[in-house]
Amino acid sequence: MILDGKFGKYGGAFVPELLIPALEELEKAFLKYKDDEEFNKELKYYLREFAGRPTPLYYAKNLSEKLGCKIYLKREDLLHTGAHKINNTLGQGLLAKYMGKTRLIAETGAGQHGIATAVIGSLLQIPTEVYMGSEDVERQKLNVFRMELSGAKVNPVENGSRTLKDAINDAFRDWASSSDTTHYLIGSTMGPHPYPMMVKHFQRVIGKETKTQILKNEGKLPDVVIACVGGGSNSMGIFSGFIEDKEVELIGAEGGGEGLNGKHGSTISAGTEGILHGSLSFVLQNDDGQISEAHSISAGLDYPGVGPEHAFLSSKGRAKYYPVTNEEAIRGFKLLSEYEGIIPALESSHAIGMAEKYAKENKGKTIIINLSGRGDKDVDILAKLMGVKL
Amino acid sequence: MNIESYEDAFNRVKEKKEGAFIPFIVAGDPDFQTSLQIVKTFVENGADALEIGFPFSDPVADGPTVQMADIRALESGMNTKKGFEFIKSLREFTDIPIGVLTYYNLIYKMGLDDFYKTAKESGVSAILAADLPPEEANYVVKAAKKHGIQQIFMAAQSTSNERLEKILEICSGFLYVVAVMGITGARNEIENSTVKLIQRIKDQSEIPIAVGFGISKPEHVKEVINAGADGAIVASAILNLITENLQNKEKMLQNIGSFCRELKNATKD
Ligand SMILES: Cc1ncc(COP(=O)(O)O)c(C=O)c1O
Repeated sequence: MILDGKFGKYGGAFVPELLIPALEELEKAFLKYKDDEEFNKELKYYLREFAGRPTPLYYAKNLSEKLGCKIYLKREDLLHTGAHKINNTLGQGLLAKYMGKTRLIAETGAGQHGIATAVIGSLLQIPTEVYMGSEDVERQKLNVFRMELSGAKVNPVENGSRTLKDAINDAFRDWASSSDTTHYLIGSTMGPHPYPMMVKHFQRVIGKETKTQILKNEGKLPDVVIACVGGGSNSMGIFSGFIEDKEVELIGAEGGGEGLNGKHGSTISAGTEGILHGSLSFVLQNDDGQISEAHSISAGLDYPGVGPEHAFLSSKGRAKYYPVTNEEAIRGFKLLSEYEGIIPALESSHAIGMAEKYAKENKGKTIIINLSGRGDKDVDILAKLMGVKL
Repeated sequence: MNIESYEDAFNRVKEKKEGAFIPFIVAGDPDFQTSLQIVKTFVENGADALEIGFPFSDPVADGPTVQMADIRALESGMNTKKGFEFIKSLREFTDIPIGVLTYYNLIYKMGLDDFYKTAKESGVSAILAADLPPEEANYVVKAAKKHGIQQIFMAAQSTSNERLEKILEICSGFLYVVAVMGITGARNEIENSTVKLIQRIKDQSEIPIAVGFGISKPEHVKEVINAGADGAIVASAILNLITENLQNKEKMLQNIGSFCRELKNATKD
């Protein structure tokens, strides 16, 4: 490969030899097209006309008053399919088209990335197959149907724990024998090089827009940017706009689940260094290096790994990562719904829960929250928790 | 006990005009004692060297058969420490080369130096980490050298000549050639391109070649040996015999024994 894909000591490409040529081909194509005028023109067109960019940076007046801070929301929830995931699937989908690939595969946990891939498959008319743990297929029937409506085939994965990490394993297995014709469209800033770098590139647009918008609104940079961290793509997207601005605090909200003494998905806060799905980063594992299952109320934060660049930012102290429990996230969910009339995704609710905690200690600060997705997909979970029959 | 080197083992079979038969099992599948008996059966029925898997929760290079074996082994309580105890127990009855096949996270978690040191003390001859390409292998190769363990790498049809050269520079013991484009698993036919790959390697190097992934019948063994490979590694087809006979250990060992004899016979011309 041309680059080593390292962020400090993290990252790299720990994959079976069979996959190396596929990664080499992908890296080469990405490095070629990322600065290609025609490619970028087409990507910009679709981001604007199909996905709905730019998204607003909304001043949340009521919430600001309630929490005693200036709070802005980056409205990725307003994008087509309801989350930031489409920034990446458009970028990679288009790249696959330019590479002449005739088939897309993707992994999905709850289905958000699967849906964002399925619609791009439909838009670009590239046949798409989505790997999804059979447990998740059962839990997320509606999303399976949405993918199928967009023409994608959903392959239930019966191996291992039958959840997201096993779906990723199976997508890699497929790709090991299909990379001639197939692009594997990974959904977050994880996996082997070049994925972490490439997915960040396609999510950068969040940070770029946000920076321009906050400078226009406030005439200065924010004090802090807060985003939830699953694999790390929405957070890396918005952080990237401010990494060089050392005075801006960057905070990642991890899935705290039942708390760190119970089941959780706080990979950086409570995990250890290890290699999972092709890169060296932090993982949840036992003393022998067997990967543990993660748990969070939000499926998107329910992953025992995290993108290697986050491990790097954490090791340098440039970004800080904290667990936000299920309970705190639910409070965030309700808070935004009640005060702003915006129902957030449960993933994004972790960022809101984090902001609430931050605001308590830091009155008067300017906070940007990346509202990575909308919560329509989660209302039935909330109803169940609140004992409401729908 | 004097452990036989890969070099000696491959020479031993070559002198008899045979290929090496290398069966695979996951340590602890379906449990510690049974897997010991299975390896004994391998040795009594013609194994020239052994591949022992240390199970990993997320084996991306493997198909469902090996993953199921990994899960059975983990559920029976197998872990890295017990894996090395398993190798020690094997050394009580065999001195043929033993390769450990695992994933890099197990090595990384234990610490490279500790892992290779313990491997040596336990009687391991070589280690292959399925998800460790040469680019990432610097430290591992150093640790292997330091402790006198051979480090094995894989090559596939898709491996360019340029990469092959890089791999051959650091690979020792034997080169593991992947017979099919894809993951492990029993298959019906050996691809023609495998034959070409073997010839391509033979043009570049003297290192012994063992072919694995998808070798599931005596005819496959014959084919790859005739194509110039020095050995054949059989995994999934053997593991299937474990899966099929979990309720009847005696039959399991009997079937594995006779299958091994067939496979070994296929290495003779
Ligand atoms: C709305 C939303 N936010 C966040 C995430 C977490 O992923 P990442 O950390 O890659 O942004 C997901 C993943 O499914 C999601 O759907």
